[in-house]
Amino acid sequence: MAGPRNISVSGASRPVLPRHAKLRYDETRKVWVILAPERVLAPDEIAVEVLQLCNGERNVGDVADQLAAKYAAPREAILVDVIAMLQDLADKGFLTEIREKTS
Amino acid sequence: MSDVTIPPSDSLAVLEKQRSTAETFGIPLAVLLEITHRCPLQCPYCSNPVELDRSGKELTTDEWKKVLSELAEIGVLQVHFSGGEPTARKDLVELVKHASDAGLYTNLITSAVLLTRERLSDLADAGLCHVQISFQGIEEGLADRVAGYKGGHRKKLEVAKWTRELDLPLTVNAVMHRQNLHQLPDIIQMALDLDADRLEVANVQYYGWALKNRAALMPTVAQLEECTGIVETARERLKGRLTIDYVVPDYYALRPKKCMGGWGRQFFNISPAGKVLPCHAAESITGLDFESVRSNHSIAWIWQNSDAFNRYRGTGWMKEPCKTCEFREIDFGGCRCQAFALTGDAANTDPACALSPLHETIFKQAEAEAAGETSRFLYRNFAGGTLESENGT
Ligand code: SF4
Ligand code: SF4
Repeated sequence: MAGPRNISVSGASRPVLPRHAKLRYDETRKVWVILAPERVLAPDEIAVEVLQLCNGERNVGDVADQLAAKYAAPREAILVDVIAMLQDLADKGFLTEIREKTS
Repeated sequence: MSDVTIPPSDSLAVLEKQRSTAETFGIPLAVLLEITHRCPLQCPYCSNPVELDRSGKELTTDEWKKVLSELAEIGVLQVHFSGGEPTARKDLVELVKHASDAGLYTNLITSAVLLTRERLSDLADAGLCHVQISFQGIEEGLADRVAGYKGGHRKKLEVAKWTRELDLPLTVNAVMHRQNLHQLPDIIQMALDLDADRLEVANVQYYGWALKNRAALMPTVAQLEECTGIVETARERLKGRLTIDYVVPDYYALRPKKCMGGWGRQFFNISPAGKVLPCHAAESITGLDFESVRSNHSIAWIWQNSDAFNRYRGTGWMKEPCKTCEFREIDFGGCRCQAFALTGDAANTDPACALSPLHETIFKQAEAEAAGETSRFLYRNFAGGTLESENGT
Protein backbone atom coordinates (compact mmCIF):
# COMPACT_ATOMS: atom_id res chain seq x y z
CA MET A 1 0.00 0.00 0.00
CA ALA A 2 0.93 3.60 -0.52
CA GLY A 3 2.37 5.45 2.43
CA PRO A 4 0.22 7.82 4.41
CA ARG A 5 -0.20 11.42 3.37
CA ASN A 6 -0.80 14.61 5.25
CA ILE A 7 1.89 13.70 7.73
CA SER A 8 3.09 15.78 10.60
CA VAL A 9 6.87 15.56 10.90
CA SER A 10 8.44 15.15 14.33
CA GLY A 11 11.72 13.85 15.71
CA ALA A 12 10.26 10.36 15.86
CA SER A 13 8.90 10.18 12.31
CA ARG A 14 10.63 8.12 9.68
CA PRO A 15 9.95 10.04 6.48
CA VAL A 16 10.69 8.82 2.96
CA LEU A 17 10.02 10.17 -0.50
CA PRO A 18 6.90 8.62 -2.02
CA ARG A 19 7.12 6.65 -5.25
CA HIS A 20 6.08 9.58 -7.39
CA ALA A 21 8.89 11.80 -6.12
CA LYS A 22 12.38 10.82 -7.20
CA LEU A 23 15.60 12.37 -6.01
CA ARG A 24 18.07 12.41 -8.83
CA TYR A 25 21.30 14.14 -9.83
CA ASP A 26 20.86 16.02 -13.07
CA GLU A 27 24.13 15.57 -14.96
CA THR A 28 23.29 18.17 -17.58
CA ARG A 29 22.52 21.00 -15.20
CA LYS A 30 24.76 19.82 -12.35
CA VAL A 31 22.04 20.11 -9.72
CA TRP A 32 20.07 17.72 -7.57
CA VAL A 33 16.39 17.60 -8.41
CA ILE A 34 13.25 15.99 -7.06
CA LEU A 35 11.13 14.77 -9.95
CA ALA A 36 7.40 14.71 -9.38
CA PRO A 37 4.37 14.87 -11.65
CA GLU A 38 4.42 18.19 -13.51
CA ARG A 39 7.01 19.54 -11.11
CA VAL A 40 10.72 19.59 -10.67
CA LEU A 41 11.99 20.78 -7.31
CA ALA A 42 15.51 21.96 -6.65
CA PRO A 43 16.49 20.96 -3.11
CA ASP A 44 19.52 22.79 -1.71
CA GLU A 45 22.60 20.89 -0.50
CA ILE A 46 21.36 20.38 3.03
CA ALA A 47 17.95 19.25 1.86
CA VAL A 48 19.62 16.71 -0.43
CA GLU A 49 21.73 15.42 2.42
CA VAL A 50 18.69 15.12 4.68
CA LEU A 51 16.70 13.28 2.03
CA GLN A 52 19.55 10.89 1.37
CA LEU A 53 19.66 10.09 5.09
CA CYS A 54 15.89 9.52 5.18
CA ASN A 55 16.01 5.87 4.15
CA GLY A 56 12.91 4.73 6.00
CA GLU A 57 14.95 3.30 8.86
CA ARG A 58 16.37 6.44 10.43
CA ASN A 59 13.98 8.78 12.16
CA VAL A 60 14.30 12.55 11.99
CA GLY A 61 16.08 12.61 15.33
CA ASP A 62 18.76 10.22 14.01
CA VAL A 63 19.20 12.40 10.96
CA ALA A 64 19.72 15.46 13.18
CA ASP A 65 22.26 13.50 15.26
CA GLN A 66 24.26 12.64 12.17
CA LEU A 67 24.25 16.16 10.81
CA ALA A 68 25.11 17.63 14.21
CA ALA A 69 28.11 15.31 14.46
CA LYS A 70 29.21 15.96 10.90
CA TYR A 71 28.98 19.74 11.06
CA ALA A 72 29.79 20.06 14.77
CA ALA A 73 26.67 22.18 15.14
CA PRO A 74 24.04 22.31 17.90
CA ARG A 75 21.64 19.40 17.45
CA GLU A 76 18.52 21.24 18.59
CA ALA A 77 18.88 23.98 15.98
CA ILE A 78 19.49 21.41 13.28
CA LEU A 79 16.48 19.40 14.33
CA VAL A 80 14.23 22.44 14.04
CA ASP A 81 15.53 23.21 10.54
CA VAL A 82 15.25 19.64 9.36
CA ILE A 83 11.69 19.32 10.61
CA ALA A 84 10.72 22.60 8.92
CA MET A 85 12.21 21.51 5.61
CA LEU A 86 10.56 18.10 5.71
CA GLN A 87 7.22 19.53 6.76
CA ASP A 88 7.37 21.91 3.81
CA LEU A 89 7.96 18.95 1.52
CA ALA A 90 5.12 17.04 3.18
CA ASP A 91 2.74 19.97 2.73
CA LYS A 92 3.61 20.02 -0.95
CA GLY A 93 2.62 16.35 -1.09
CA PHE A 94 6.12 14.97 -1.65
CA LEU A 95 6.76 13.13 1.58
CA THR A 96 5.37 10.05 3.24
CA GLU A 97 6.51 8.07 6.25
CA ILE A 98 7.03 4.54 7.44
CA ARG A 99 4.63 3.52 10.17
CA GLU A 100 4.56 0.37 12.26
CA LYS A 101 1.62 -1.84 11.49
CA THR A 102 -1.04 -1.09 14.06
CA SER A 103 -2.88 -4.38 13.78
CA MET B 1 6.81 22.36 -16.71
CA SER B 2 9.91 24.35 -16.39
CA ASP B 3 13.55 24.86 -17.03
CA VAL B 4 16.45 24.80 -14.62
CA THR B 5 18.88 27.63 -14.48
CA ILE B 6 20.33 28.97 -11.28
CA PRO B 7 19.35 26.83 -8.31
CA PRO B 8 16.96 29.01 -6.32
CA SER B 9 17.88 29.92 -2.76
CA ASP B 10 14.70 28.53 -1.21
CA SER B 11 15.60 25.06 0.03
CA LEU B 12 12.81 23.46 -1.97
CA ALA B 13 12.03 25.90 -4.70
CA VAL B 14 9.90 24.74 -7.57
CA LEU B 15 12.13 25.13 -10.57
CA GLU B 16 10.77 27.74 -12.89
CA LYS B 17 12.39 29.15 -15.92
CA GLN B 18 14.49 32.14 -14.90
CA ARG B 19 15.87 34.95 -16.98
CA SER B 20 18.99 33.28 -18.31
CA THR B 21 17.17 30.62 -20.30
CA ALA B 22 15.70 33.46 -22.28
CA GLU B 23 19.12 33.75 -23.88
CA THR B 24 20.22 30.16 -23.87
CA PHE B 25 17.03 28.16 -24.45
CA GLY B 26 18.21 25.33 -22.25
CA ILE B 27 16.71 21.95 -23.00
CA PRO B 28 13.30 21.61 -21.34
CA LEU B 29 12.96 19.51 -18.21
CA ALA B 30 9.89 17.72 -19.48
CA VAL B 31 8.74 16.68 -22.92
CA LEU B 32 5.32 15.58 -24.08
CA LEU B 33 5.29 12.59 -26.38
CA GLU B 34 2.12 12.22 -28.39
CA ILE B 35 2.84 8.69 -29.48
CA THR B 36 -0.40 8.26 -31.44
CA HIS B 37 -3.47 10.24 -32.42
CA ARG B 38 -5.62 7.13 -32.33
CA CYS B 39 -8.18 7.31 -29.52
CA PRO B 40 -11.48 5.54 -28.89
CA LEU B 41 -12.90 8.67 -27.27
CA GLN B 42 -14.18 11.69 -29.17
CA CYS B 43 -13.91 14.58 -26.73
CA PRO B 44 -15.21 17.75 -28.37
CA TYR B 45 -12.38 19.78 -26.79
CA CYS B 46 -9.54 17.48 -27.76
CA SER B 47 -6.27 19.38 -27.99
CA ASN B 48 -5.07 17.31 -30.94
CA PRO B 49 -5.00 19.03 -34.32
CA VAL B 50 -8.13 18.82 -36.43
CA GLU B 51 -5.91 17.12 -39.04
CA LEU B 52 -4.95 13.96 -37.13
CA ASP B 53 -1.88 11.86 -37.96
CA ARG B 54 -2.97 8.47 -39.32
CA SER B 55 -1.41 5.37 -37.80
CA GLY B 56 0.68 4.70 -40.92
CA LYS B 57 2.65 7.88 -40.25
CA GLU B 58 3.44 7.03 -36.63
CA LEU B 59 7.04 6.55 -35.55
CA THR B 60 7.99 2.91 -35.14
CA THR B 61 9.00 1.34 -31.84
CA ASP B 62 12.68 1.68 -32.71
CA GLU B 63 12.27 5.27 -33.73
CA TRP B 64 10.59 6.13 -30.40
CA LYS B 65 13.31 4.29 -28.51
CA LYS B 66 15.95 6.30 -30.28
CA VAL B 67 14.04 9.49 -29.42
CA LEU B 68 13.84 8.48 -25.76
CA SER B 69 17.56 7.76 -25.52
CA GLU B 70 18.36 11.02 -27.20
CA LEU B 71 16.08 12.99 -24.87
CA ALA B 72 17.73 11.47 -21.79
CA GLU B 73 21.13 12.24 -23.21
CA ILE B 74 20.48 15.92 -23.82
CA GLY B 75 19.12 16.50 -20.32
CA VAL B 76 15.37 15.97 -20.45
CA LEU B 77 14.27 14.55 -17.08
CA GLN B 78 10.61 13.70 -17.52
CA VAL B 79 8.56 12.32 -20.39
CA HIS B 80 4.81 12.27 -20.60
CA PHE B 81 3.38 9.50 -22.76
CA SER B 82 0.27 11.00 -24.26
CA GLY B 83 -1.77 11.02 -27.43
CA GLY B 84 -4.42 10.44 -28.67
CA GLU B 85 -4.60 7.49 -26.43
CA PRO B 86 -1.06 6.22 -25.69
CA THR B 87 -2.30 2.78 -24.63
CA ALA B 88 -3.57 2.28 -28.20
CA ARG B 89 0.06 1.57 -29.07
CA LYS B 90 0.94 -2.07 -28.55
CA ASP B 91 4.53 -1.23 -27.67
CA LEU B 92 3.76 1.11 -24.76
CA VAL B 93 5.21 -1.17 -22.08
CA GLU B 94 8.38 -1.57 -24.11
CA LEU B 95 8.68 2.19 -24.57
CA VAL B 96 8.13 2.90 -20.86
CA LYS B 97 10.76 0.31 -20.01
CA HIS B 98 13.20 1.89 -22.42
CA ALA B 99 12.54 5.35 -20.98
CA SER B 100 12.97 4.16 -17.38
CA ASP B 101 16.18 2.36 -18.25
CA ALA B 102 17.45 5.61 -19.75
CA GLY B 103 16.75 7.28 -16.38
CA LEU B 104 13.69 9.27 -17.44
CA TYR B 105 10.78 9.94 -15.08
CA THR B 106 7.76 8.53 -16.90
CA ASN B 107 4.19 9.70 -16.75
CA LEU B 108 1.21 8.17 -18.54
CA ILE B 109 -1.54 10.54 -19.63
CA THR B 110 -4.47 8.33 -20.49
CA SER B 111 -8.22 8.13 -20.94
CA ALA B 112 -7.84 4.67 -19.34
CA VAL B 113 -10.61 2.95 -21.28
CA LEU B 114 -8.30 0.52 -23.10
CA LEU B 115 -6.31 -0.60 -20.05
CA THR B 116 -6.56 -3.99 -18.41
CA ARG B 117 -5.29 -4.58 -14.90
CA GLU B 118 -2.59 -6.83 -16.26
CA ARG B 119 -1.29 -4.24 -18.69
CA LEU B 120 -1.27 -1.57 -16.00
CA SER B 121 0.68 -3.89 -13.78
CA ASP B 122 3.16 -4.52 -16.63
CA LEU B 123 3.55 -0.77 -17.00
CA ALA B 124 4.25 -0.44 -13.29
CA ASP B 125 6.87 -3.19 -13.55
CA ALA B 126 8.39 -1.39 -16.52
CA GLY B 127 9.07 1.55 -14.19
CA LEU B 128 6.10 3.83 -14.82
CA CYS B 129 6.23 6.60 -12.19
CA HIS B 130 2.83 8.20 -12.42
CA VAL B 131 -0.60 7.83 -14.03
CA GLN B 132 -2.92 10.63 -15.06
CA ILE B 133 -6.48 9.72 -15.95
CA SER B 134 -8.88 12.14 -17.59
CA PHE B 135 -12.47 12.35 -16.42
CA GLN B 136 -15.30 14.07 -18.26
CA GLY B 137 -17.68 14.40 -15.30
CA ILE B 138 -18.76 12.55 -12.15
CA GLU B 139 -21.55 10.35 -13.46
CA GLU B 140 -21.81 8.27 -16.61
CA GLY B 141 -24.72 10.13 -18.16
CA LEU B 142 -22.81 13.33 -18.73
CA ALA B 143 -19.28 11.91 -18.76
CA ASP B 144 -19.96 9.32 -21.45
CA ARG B 145 -21.86 11.84 -23.51
CA VAL B 146 -18.97 14.31 -23.46
CA ALA B 147 -16.45 11.59 -24.37
CA GLY B 148 -18.78 10.15 -27.00
CA TYR B 149 -18.00 6.69 -25.58
CA LYS B 150 -20.45 4.45 -23.73
CA GLY B 151 -19.19 2.79 -20.57
CA GLY B 152 -16.08 4.95 -20.46
CA HIS B 153 -16.69 6.57 -17.10
CA ARG B 154 -17.20 3.29 -15.30
CA LYS B 155 -14.02 1.91 -16.80
CA LYS B 156 -12.04 4.97 -15.75
CA LEU B 157 -13.15 4.54 -12.14
CA GLU B 158 -12.02 0.95 -12.26
CA VAL B 159 -8.61 1.76 -13.72
CA ALA B 160 -8.13 4.54 -11.14
CA LYS B 161 -8.72 1.95 -8.43
CA TRP B 162 -6.21 -0.46 -9.97
CA THR B 163 -3.71 2.37 -10.22
CA ARG B 164 -3.77 2.92 -6.49
CA GLU B 165 -3.85 -0.82 -5.75
CA LEU B 166 -0.63 -1.11 -7.73
CA ASP B 167 0.76 1.70 -5.60
CA LEU B 168 1.10 4.03 -8.55
CA PRO B 169 0.49 7.71 -7.86
CA LEU B 170 -2.62 9.07 -9.52
CA THR B 171 -3.61 12.40 -10.99
CA VAL B 172 -7.24 12.99 -11.84
CA ASN B 173 -7.50 15.34 -14.78
CA ALA B 174 -10.88 17.00 -15.17
CA VAL B 175 -11.47 19.12 -18.23
CA MET B 176 -14.08 21.70 -17.35
CA HIS B 177 -16.56 23.65 -19.45
CA ARG B 178 -20.06 25.06 -19.24
CA GLN B 179 -21.76 21.68 -19.31
CA ASN B 180 -19.88 20.14 -16.38
CA LEU B 181 -18.61 23.02 -14.21
CA HIS B 182 -21.51 22.54 -11.81
CA GLN B 183 -20.01 19.16 -10.92
CA LEU B 184 -16.72 20.59 -9.68
CA PRO B 185 -17.34 20.08 -5.93
CA ASP B 186 -18.20 16.44 -6.62
CA ILE B 187 -15.20 16.03 -8.87
CA ILE B 188 -12.96 17.17 -6.01
CA GLN B 189 -14.67 14.61 -3.78
CA MET B 190 -14.26 11.95 -6.48
CA ALA B 191 -10.51 12.64 -6.62
CA LEU B 192 -10.35 12.16 -2.85
CA ASP B 193 -12.41 8.98 -2.99
CA LEU B 194 -10.13 7.62 -5.69
CA ASP B 195 -7.17 8.39 -3.42
CA ALA B 196 -5.57 10.62 -6.04
CA ASP B 197 -2.44 12.58 -5.19
CA ARG B 198 -3.21 15.37 -7.54
CA LEU B 199 -6.19 16.90 -9.27
CA GLU B 200 -5.90 18.97 -12.39
CA VAL B 201 -8.88 21.24 -12.94
CA ALA B 202 -8.29 22.34 -16.50
CA ASN B 203 -10.70 24.65 -18.19
CA VAL B 204 -10.96 24.04 -21.90
CA GLN B 205 -8.55 26.04 -24.05
CA TYR B 206 -10.24 27.23 -27.19
CA TYR B 207 -8.38 26.20 -30.30
CA GLY B 208 -8.57 23.15 -32.57
CA TRP B 209 -11.56 20.98 -31.78
CA ALA B 210 -12.56 23.11 -28.81
CA LEU B 211 -12.87 26.20 -30.96
CA LYS B 212 -15.30 24.34 -33.22
CA ASN B 213 -17.27 23.51 -30.06
CA ARG B 214 -16.94 26.83 -28.33
CA ALA B 215 -20.65 27.62 -28.33
CA ALA B 216 -21.37 24.35 -26.54
CA LEU B 217 -18.48 24.63 -24.07
CA MET B 218 -17.85 28.24 -23.13
CA PRO B 219 -18.66 28.93 -19.46
CA THR B 220 -20.24 32.14 -18.20
CA VAL B 221 -18.23 34.64 -16.18
CA ALA B 222 -20.31 33.82 -13.11
CA GLN B 223 -19.64 30.09 -13.50
CA LEU B 224 -15.92 30.70 -13.69
CA GLU B 225 -15.81 32.94 -10.67
CA GLU B 226 -17.64 30.35 -8.66
CA CYS B 227 -15.27 27.68 -9.91
CA THR B 228 -12.20 29.69 -8.88
CA GLY B 229 -13.69 30.16 -5.40
CA ILE B 230 -14.33 26.43 -5.06
CA VAL B 231 -10.77 25.58 -6.09
CA GLU B 232 -9.27 28.08 -3.66
CA THR B 233 -11.28 26.80 -0.70
CA ALA B 234 -10.53 23.18 -1.55
CA ARG B 235 -6.79 23.88 -1.89
CA GLU B 236 -6.67 25.32 1.60
CA ARG B 237 -8.75 22.50 3.06
CA LEU B 238 -6.80 19.72 1.34
CA LYS B 239 -3.24 21.01 1.79
CA GLY B 240 -0.82 18.09 1.99
CA ARG B 241 -3.55 15.66 1.00
CA LEU B 242 -4.46 16.57 -2.57
CA THR B 243 -2.56 18.98 -4.79
CA ILE B 244 -4.90 20.93 -7.04
CA ASP B 245 -3.60 22.49 -10.23
CA TYR B 246 -5.91 24.94 -11.87
CA VAL B 247 -5.98 26.16 -15.46
CA VAL B 248 -8.40 28.99 -16.28
CA PRO B 249 -9.65 29.80 -19.74
CA ASP B 250 -8.16 33.11 -20.73
CA TYR B 251 -11.13 34.55 -22.58
CA TYR B 252 -12.35 36.35 -19.50
CA ALA B 253 -8.98 37.58 -18.29
CA LEU B 254 -7.55 40.96 -19.14
CA ARG B 255 -4.17 39.59 -20.02
CA PRO B 256 -3.47 36.37 -21.86
CA LYS B 257 -1.76 33.34 -20.39
CA LYS B 258 1.95 32.90 -20.85
CA CYS B 259 1.29 30.09 -23.24
CA MET B 260 3.78 27.21 -22.92
CA GLY B 261 5.90 29.57 -20.84
CA GLY B 262 6.59 31.42 -24.08
CA TRP B 263 7.10 29.90 -27.51
CA GLY B 264 10.25 27.76 -27.64
CA ARG B 265 11.38 28.70 -24.15
CA GLN B 266 10.69 25.72 -21.92
CA PHE B 267 8.59 23.18 -23.71
CA PHE B 268 8.36 21.02 -26.77
CA ASN B 269 6.39 18.00 -27.76
CA ILE B 270 6.78 15.33 -30.39
CA SER B 271 3.86 14.39 -32.60
CA PRO B 272 2.94 10.81 -33.60
CA ALA B 273 4.75 11.32 -36.89
CA GLY B 274 7.86 12.64 -35.15
CA LYS B 275 7.47 16.38 -35.66
CA VAL B 276 9.11 18.44 -32.93
CA LEU B 277 6.57 21.11 -31.96
CA PRO B 278 6.64 24.18 -29.68
CA CYS B 279 3.18 23.25 -28.39
CA HIS B 280 0.70 20.46 -29.02
CA ALA B 281 -1.53 22.71 -31.11
CA ALA B 282 1.27 24.27 -33.15
CA GLU B 283 0.46 22.33 -36.29
CA SER B 284 -2.77 24.30 -36.49
CA ILE B 285 -0.66 27.27 -37.60
CA THR B 286 -0.27 26.92 -41.33
CA GLY B 287 2.84 28.19 -43.02
CA LEU B 288 5.24 26.89 -40.39
CA ASP B 289 7.52 24.02 -41.24
CA PHE B 290 8.18 21.72 -38.33
CA GLU B 291 11.30 19.56 -38.39
CA SER B 292 10.93 15.87 -37.71
CA VAL B 293 13.07 13.51 -35.64
CA ARG B 294 13.24 11.60 -38.93
CA SER B 295 15.26 14.42 -40.47
CA ASN B 296 19.02 14.31 -40.22
CA HIS B 297 19.01 16.90 -37.43
CA SER B 298 19.34 16.11 -33.75
CA ILE B 299 16.50 17.02 -31.40
CA ALA B 300 18.76 19.54 -29.65
CA TRP B 301 19.52 21.17 -32.99
CA ILE B 302 15.84 21.38 -33.88
CA TRP B 303 15.11 22.96 -30.50
CA GLN B 304 17.89 25.52 -30.78
CA ASN B 305 17.96 26.32 -34.46
CA SER B 306 14.90 25.33 -36.43
CA ASP B 307 12.92 28.10 -38.04
CA ALA B 308 9.62 27.08 -36.42
CA PHE B 309 11.08 27.45 -32.93
CA ASN B 310 12.88 30.68 -33.65
CA ARG B 311 10.01 32.34 -35.50
CA TYR B 312 8.11 33.39 -32.35
CA ARG B 313 10.85 33.10 -29.77
CA GLY B 314 11.55 36.06 -27.55
CA THR B 315 10.02 39.41 -28.49
CA GLY B 316 11.67 40.38 -31.78
CA TRP B 317 8.81 39.08 -33.95
CA MET B 318 6.16 41.13 -32.18
CA LYS B 319 3.90 43.76 -33.68
CA GLU B 320 1.98 46.45 -31.84
CA PRO B 321 0.52 46.49 -29.24
CA CYS B 322 2.85 43.77 -27.89
CA LYS B 323 6.03 45.27 -29.37
CA THR B 324 6.17 48.18 -26.95
CA CYS B 325 4.06 46.71 -24.16
CA GLU B 326 5.53 46.52 -20.67
CA PHE B 327 4.23 42.95 -20.29
CA ARG B 328 5.93 41.53 -23.37
CA GLU B 329 8.56 39.65 -21.38
CA ILE B 330 5.90 38.43 -18.96
CA ASP B 331 3.32 36.80 -21.21
CA PHE B 332 5.19 36.86 -24.55
CA GLY B 333 2.05 38.03 -26.28
CA GLY B 334 -0.09 35.06 -25.20
CA CYS B 335 -0.85 32.03 -27.31
CA ARG B 336 0.31 31.91 -30.94
CA CYS B 337 -2.20 29.21 -31.86
CA GLN B 338 -5.06 31.24 -30.47
CA ALA B 339 -3.82 34.37 -32.24
CA PHE B 340 -3.71 32.41 -35.49
CA ALA B 341 -7.09 30.75 -34.99
CA LEU B 342 -8.86 33.99 -34.17
CA THR B 343 -7.01 36.56 -36.26
CA GLY B 344 -5.42 34.55 -39.07
CA ASP B 345 -1.90 35.71 -38.13
CA ALA B 346 0.08 34.00 -35.38
CA ALA B 347 2.21 37.15 -34.96
CA ASN B 348 -0.76 39.19 -33.83
CA THR B 349 -1.50 39.84 -30.19
CA ASP B 350 -3.51 36.99 -28.71
CA PRO B 351 -7.09 38.37 -28.68
CA ALA B 352 -7.44 37.10 -25.12
CA CYS B 353 -5.47 40.26 -24.26
CA ALA B 354 -7.60 43.31 -23.54
CA LEU B 355 -5.14 45.40 -25.57
CA SER B 356 -5.84 43.43 -28.73
CA PRO B 357 -8.10 45.38 -31.09
CA LEU B 358 -10.16 42.21 -31.47
CA HIS B 359 -10.61 41.51 -27.78
CA GLU B 360 -13.94 43.30 -27.37
CA THR B 361 -15.61 41.57 -30.28
CA ILE B 362 -14.37 38.12 -29.37
CA PHE B 363 -15.14 38.51 -25.69
CA LYS B 364 -18.67 39.65 -26.48
CA GLN B 365 -19.16 36.77 -28.87
CA ALA B 366 -17.93 34.26 -26.30
CA GLU B 367 -20.16 35.79 -23.66
CA ALA B 368 -23.14 35.53 -25.97
CA GLU B 369 -22.26 31.92 -26.76
CA ALA B 370 -21.98 31.14 -23.05
CA ALA B 371 -25.47 32.50 -22.49
CA GLY B 372 -26.80 30.68 -25.56
CA GLU B 373 -28.71 27.48 -25.93
CA THR B 374 -26.31 25.45 -28.04
CA SER B 375 -25.19 22.31 -26.28
CA ARG B 376 -24.66 19.93 -29.20
CA PHE B 377 -21.13 18.68 -29.64
CA LEU B 378 -19.05 18.13 -32.71
CA TYR B 379 -17.17 14.95 -31.81
CA ARG B 380 -13.47 14.55 -32.53
CA ASN B 381 -12.54 11.76 -34.94
CA PHE B 382 -10.49 10.94 -38.00
CA ALA B 383 -13.49 11.69 -40.22
CA GLY B 384 -13.15 15.40 -39.45
CA GLY B 385 -15.84 15.41 -36.76
CA THR B 386 -19.35 14.10 -36.24
CA LEU B 387 -22.17 16.28 -34.99
CA GLU B 388 -24.04 15.00 -31.95
CA SER B 389 -27.64 14.09 -32.75
CA GLU B 390 -30.46 16.34 -31.55
CA ASN B 391 -31.42 14.13 -28.64
CA GLY B 392 -27.84 13.88 -27.39
CA THR B 393 -26.82 10.41 -28.51
S1 SF4 C 1 -9.02 14.64 -25.32
FE1 SF4 C 1 -10.41 12.88 -25.51
S2 SF4 C 1 -10.47 12.43 -27.71
FE2 SF4 C 1 -8.67 13.73 -27.37
S3 SF4 C 1 -7.02 12.29 -27.07
FE3 SF4 C 1 -7.80 12.79 -25.05
S4 SF4 C 1 -9.31 11.20 -24.59
FE4 SF4 C 1 -8.91 11.13 -26.82
S1 SF4 D 1 -0.24 43.63 -25.62
FE1 SF4 D 1 0.90 41.75 -25.93
S2 SF4 D 1 2.55 41.81 -24.42
FE2 SF4 D 1 1.04 43.35 -23.80
S3 SF4 D 1 -0.27 42.30 -22.32
FE3 SF4 D 1 -1.23 42.08 -24.36
S4 SF4 D 1 -0.45 40.14 -25.15
FE4 SF4 D 1 0.87 40.72 -23.44
